[in-house]
Amino acid sequence: MAAFETPVLGNVEERPIPALVPNATNDLKCFVAAPAHQEALGFPGELVPDWQAKAKARMGDLLSKYRSLQVFMDSCVKCGACTDKCHYFIGTGDPKNMPVARQDLFRSVYRKWFTPAGKMVPGLVGAKEFTRDLLDDWYNYFHQCSQCRRCSLYCPYGIDTAEVSMAAREIMDSIGLGQKYCNEIIGKVHRIGNNLGLPGPALEDTLLGLEEDMQAETGLDIKIPIDVEGAEVLLVTPSADFFAEPHVLGLMGYAKVFHAAGISWTVSTKASEAGNFGMFIGNYDQLRKIAGRVRTAAQELKVKRLVFGECGHAWRVAYSFLNTVAGPWDFLDPRYPVPQHILEFTYNLIKDKAIRLDKSANAGKILTVHDSCNIARGSRMGDFPGGQFHIPREVIKAAVPTFVDMHKDTICEKTFCCGGGGGLLTDELLEIRVKGARPRMEALKQVVDDHKVTHMASMCAICKAQFTKVLPAYGFDREMVVSVHQLVGDALLLGNND
Amino acid sequence: MGLRSIPGEHGNVNTVFAILYAVATVVLVAGLGFKIAQYARTPAPLKIPTTPAPLTPAGAAFRVAREVVVFESLFKANKALWIFAALFHFGLFVVLARHVRYFQEPVNVVIQLVQPFGLYAGLAMMAGLGLLLLRRIVVPRIAYITGPSDILMLLLLLGIGASGLAMKGAVHTDIVAVKAFFLGLMAFEIRALPAEPPLLVHLALVAVLMIVFPFSKLLHVPGVFFSPTRNQCDNPREKRHLAPWAAKLEAGGN
Ligand code: SF4
Ligand code: SF4
Repeated sequence: MAAFETPVLGNVEERPIPALVPNATNDLKCFVAAPAHQEALGFPGELVPDWQAKAKARMGDLLSKYRSLQVFMDSCVKCGACTDKCHYFIGTGDPKNMPVARQDLFRSVYRKWFTPAGKMVPGLVGAKEFTRDLLDDWYNYFHQCSQCRRCSLYCPYGIDTAEVSMAAREIMDSIGLGQKYCNEIIGKVHRIGNNLGLPGPALEDTLLGLEEDMQAETGLDIKIPIDVEGAEVLLVTPSADFFAEPHVLGLMGYAKVFHAAGISWTVSTKASEAGNFGMFIGNYDQLRKIAGRVRTAAQELKVKRLVFGECGHAWRVAYSFLNTVAGPWDFLDPRYPVPQHILEFTYNLIKDKAIRLDKSANAGKILTVHDSCNIARGSRMGDFPGGQFHIPREVIKAAVPTFVDMHKDTICEKTFCCGGGGGLLTDELLEIRVKGARPRMEALKQVVDDHKVTHMASMCAICKAQFTKVLPAYGFDREMVVSVHQLVGDALLLGNND
Repeated sequence: MGLRSIPGEHGNVNTVFAILYAVATVVLVAGLGFKIAQYARTPAPLKIPTTPAPLTPAGAAFRVAREVVVFESLFKANKALWIFAALFHFGLFVVLARHVRYFQEPVNVVIQLVQPFGLYAGLAMMAGLGLLLLRRIVVPRIAYITGPSDILMLLLLLGIGASGLAMKGAVHTDIVAVKAFFLGLMAFEIRALPAEPPLLVHLALVAVLMIVFPFSKLLHVPGVFFSPTRNQCDNPREKRHLAPWAAKLEAGGN
């Protein structure tokens, strides 16, 4: 890949809006899925000859099935309130990365095919033929959207570009132009059980290794049980938690919490992946199939509760969609929400004094937290709106002596995506990932400079992987990013538990 | 149903405007009705409120109301734009309320009360529109996303406002006759319309606006009520949400 310049970090107070740089990221294209990846998911192997007609049919179908898409296509007034809200626009200046312009790639075709004005006076209303060039723009720019929904927060009609991206990707898949990264991974989930393609036996080995590490560290027999029938809790976690850094330290944190609380739990080889890329590609069937594994695992293992590990998009799917696509969950213990986030689980234990934390174990660390976009704007934790901001902060504060929030325009509901979400966490998109991380990096720099922040906690597998990669590009230490449960695990008082 | 014509000085003009308004009304009502039915009919298969979101349907309704009345999200997004948009929309709202008197006899007390504010509201509306137009020209980001229809829509509204204000300030129109014309139309009767240019321009442009309404971005008016990111409440764990087509898929057993 061509070398590129990492953006220079500005002052987060000034929130500079970049000048337009047309086609700045026009050539940033992620790898197209090979026929094998496509066909495994039931999509055509390559671009079909009559792709325009197929695309039109699929678009019509989606418009009739998704009120969001139909309403969003019609309602935009081009007010521009969203134009400066996307991290990819802020990082690149490419006008097609302004959310409304991104939607307009789709809307122009919608107008042409499905509206009287678009048919009669296309030039007036920006209706366009779906040419090969426009399809290329679709491919590039709908894969430069991390579906973070920041634009939807600010739009006066709540227009959510993520919904449009999902629909666009679904249409492209249906005509044989899929993205390799997502579709290959979904294939692995079906074939092997998780995004990383870690087979059952390898997973067991890995977990044994982690148990040994914890034994060496704590002198205690802390287990990461796998496929244990009759366990109280089924923990479904992103597969990155099984071996990537800093994810795995978070997994050991969960294990310590379960151990300290004395609650039996298990992970499952069948549902060894919390992630659900079916959402990224906007495909309801895939969303449902992938989520269905969790249901099967919960039934087979006869668990009573379902808890999800630290992940953003996985939590959105789990919290917002799981009941829809894999419910009802009436076979689980009705006293607990289904599913629960591990942070809700740990937070309740801390509140009930069922586990105790000693902040001094994390002495010297000054923490901030990155609100993951899918958790912030696509889900909730706890029983009140905004619990998804309160609970992680309370857990972090219980585990570390000093906590500082980043700039108010970059946290909670206004949080910026890490830059790697939505199916963009692939090497060939590194440039857009680095540039898209700019707003977060700016906010981080401010608290590092002003408050000597040493670490940034993250509660999402994709954010963790993304930050590990892009922090160095901005001159930060890659180990600055930590799992929330790594902090918990380190501060947790173990022993004397039965 | 036949329109009974009462001969006046400008019989043709009267008939043209009568027909124009009959057509415009039908297009507006049928067009909007079609779109609203389409939005209502199309299911929202997944729970996608932009969170944090209210936990109850009543809370979500209140959220939508805040979007409609005070443009809550726009306020978060851009204060200048919020002011411009508010000037225009609130101005328009008062002006529209004031116009109700042309269709009512006797005139409602509330409508009578807003009468004195008409001029200020009209000016606010024009100022808002002017600023919105200026923004489209001078801010490069906004210029980039602006199409001809966006400019034309603003010009149309400016034209309506200008011709309306012209009647208020410069050439006073016989509004009693205008009222008689519209009350007549509502009874399927063509009455005489004062043949004054500002009035005819005003009425013609309003009719154009009514006709383009269901085919243009003015669909944001019904759209805002149907936006799932705003009108859904946040209760997916408590209550299972299933669209009819998704239920069918499930029943299909795959
Ligand atoms: S904020 Fe909403 S209405 Fe305004 S331009 Fe963006 S998508 Fe369109
Ligand atoms: S969803 Fe996020 S990445 Fe996509 S256009 Fe909106 S702000 Fe940008």
